[in-house]
Amino acid sequence: MTMRDRVARAATLGVNLVSRLLGRGSGTVIGGRMGLQIAPRLLESLSIGRTIALVSGTNGKTTTTSMVAAGWGGAVATNQTGANMPAGHVAALCADASERAVLEVDEAWLASVLEASHARVVILLNLSRDQLDRANEVRQMAERWRAALGVERQWPLSVVANANDPLVVFAARESHRVLWCDVPTTWLADAMSCPVCTGVVHFEGREWWCTCGFKKPDPITTSLDEALHVAGEAVALDLAIPGEFNRANAAMALSAVHELGEPLERAVERVNALSSVAGRFSLRHWRGRDLRLLLAKNPAGFTAMLSTVPADKSEVWVAINARIADGRDPSWLYDVGFESLRGHRVRCLGERRLDLATRLEYAGVDYVVVDDDSELATPDAPVLLLANYTAFADWLARSES
Amino acid sequence: MIRICVVYRELLGTYGDAGNALVLAERARRRGFDARATSVAPGDEMPDADVYLLGGGEDGPQRLACDLLRASSFVSRVAGGAHVVAVCAGLQILGRRFSVEGDEQYAGLGLVDVVTRRGERRSVGEMASDVGGRRLVGFENHGGVSELGDGVEPFGRMLVGRGNDGVVDGYRTANIWATYAHGPVLAMNPWLADEVLARITGAALSPLTSVADRLYEERCSSIR
Repeated sequence: MTMRDRVARAATLGVNLVSRLLGRGSGTVIGGRMGLQIAPRLLESLSIGRTIALVSGTNGKTTTTSMVAAGWGGAVATNQTGANMPAGHVAALCADASERAVLEVDEAWLASVLEASHARVVILLNLSRDQLDRANEVRQMAERWRAALGVERQWPLSVVANANDPLVVFAARESHRVLWCDVPTTWLADAMSCPVCTGVVHFEGREWWCTCGFKKPDPITTSLDEALHVAGEAVALDLAIPGEFNRANAAMALSAVHELGEPLERAVERVNALSSVAGRFSLRHWRGRDLRLLLAKNPAGFTAMLSTVPADKSEVWVAINARIADGRDPSWLYDVGFESLRGHRVRCLGERRLDLATRLEYAGVDYVVVDDDSELATPDAPVLLLANYTAFADWLARSES
Repeated sequence: MIRICVVYRELLGTYGDAGNALVLAERARRRGFDARATSVAPGDEMPDADVYLLGGGEDGPQRLACDLLRASSFVSRVAGGAHVVAVCAGLQILGRRFSVEGDEQYAGLGLVDVVTRRGERRSVGEMASDVGGRRLVGFENHGGVSELGDGVEPFGRMLVGRGNDGVVDGYRTANIWATYAHGPVLAMNPWLADEVLARITGAALSPLTSVADRLYEERCSSIR
């Protein structure tokens, strides 16, 4: 590490400490920004001598990152607060000198973080529409990934990639070593047109293909029933957190950990035991009520999360914002099958509750627009609260563990 | 029976625009009409419908959708008077030419004298326009600058955002409503949904109050 890097690391830690002491947020990004200003190549020097795994994709980044950290075992540095751009990565690595690190990476930053970190493993979960006001188009992201992953490199890189998402396959297939994972993937609405030739992609059973020859690759990991198979070895996946999407996340996390040399049997036990990730899926308390907080920030995530809502009369609250971090256009509400909530009376919360209420009205779902929190009922059973990004953060902040 | 057809949701469904079909069908049913919303997938035969809905999409899919529509009965149906609500990429496809993937010009369906070229920057944000004294609100997200030929009537005059060119938004012909507004536009602007319904049914519609009116008021006051 050069003198400049040392100064930058000290500045990162110092600024973050002050930021936390002043109570300004969790104190990660601001110090990292300062460090990168002093030493623009700080992420590179912080990465030297470590084994690093990266996790990217539209949905499941934070959960999968936690699963890699847990499954890998021992001391693992990670950006736990979801600060998933270089400032957050720098802050995480400054604060924790562990030889192993797993970093969640914003899709748009994957290429540069991969270059700087010399990551040993990259997990590509999925690609679908999300924050189109910021990222514009999904296919452009797939193309950027392809350009970053298809080049020859000086260090060994393994890509763990979802074989059921044609956009991910397009992005990863030119990479030197790819571990394809056959995992449950329900959202395919962004992959109907072939990323290679723009023709129509055909989906049938567990296979998909285009007439141009682009098709599902042969997987090394499969997780479509109770058992998880990784490179010929079978283990039982019995997760404490809900949702089929989390089984997909776990299968990919464990494939990565296996690739990094950790025995599968031990890793799966630790992943099975995870009960909550950054407040997600956790039981919280708010003004005498129990709340089960579920983060759902785009159509694919929301559709997956709605599948975990029981059909009984449980109390369901949905909170929607449209700030910059959420994507400022909430039209995506019409890509989500809210019709499955018929039979519930949904409380509409958040700054864009009227957009949500209109969506529910047309879906034939009973709803109440909650303009004043004091109107909320206090049911016996836990409330299921689905919220998009900043609304989730608001509810996490106002509730207690 | 009112037949509403979403065209190639798989290709032109990136921005939730298929919600426009749900809105039309529900608002028709609540007035006692029999209404059915269907969709046509790429490769399927274009069905009969009273109104076709085209939404926004990405560059490659937009080009594919245009090719498929050109080879289908869509063009003759629309030229023969079938109604169309076209948003964003849909608006561009109905025109003479549009740009995708760089500055390459691609032939559109030529149903309306409109040429879309790539703007210097993408236009992303809330938009509002004046449509004959009524306000239309929505969200635009596109890189196109659309130029209307002589005699083509714009749909609205821009109040906030870029629309076609910073001055006007979309176009309106006897049977086509075209706009850059997502939202979806008929969910956010119930008056426009009713205008479309009134036109395709030929009937005067009874008023329908719903939470969509509150959403519309709230959007009108916050987009300025």
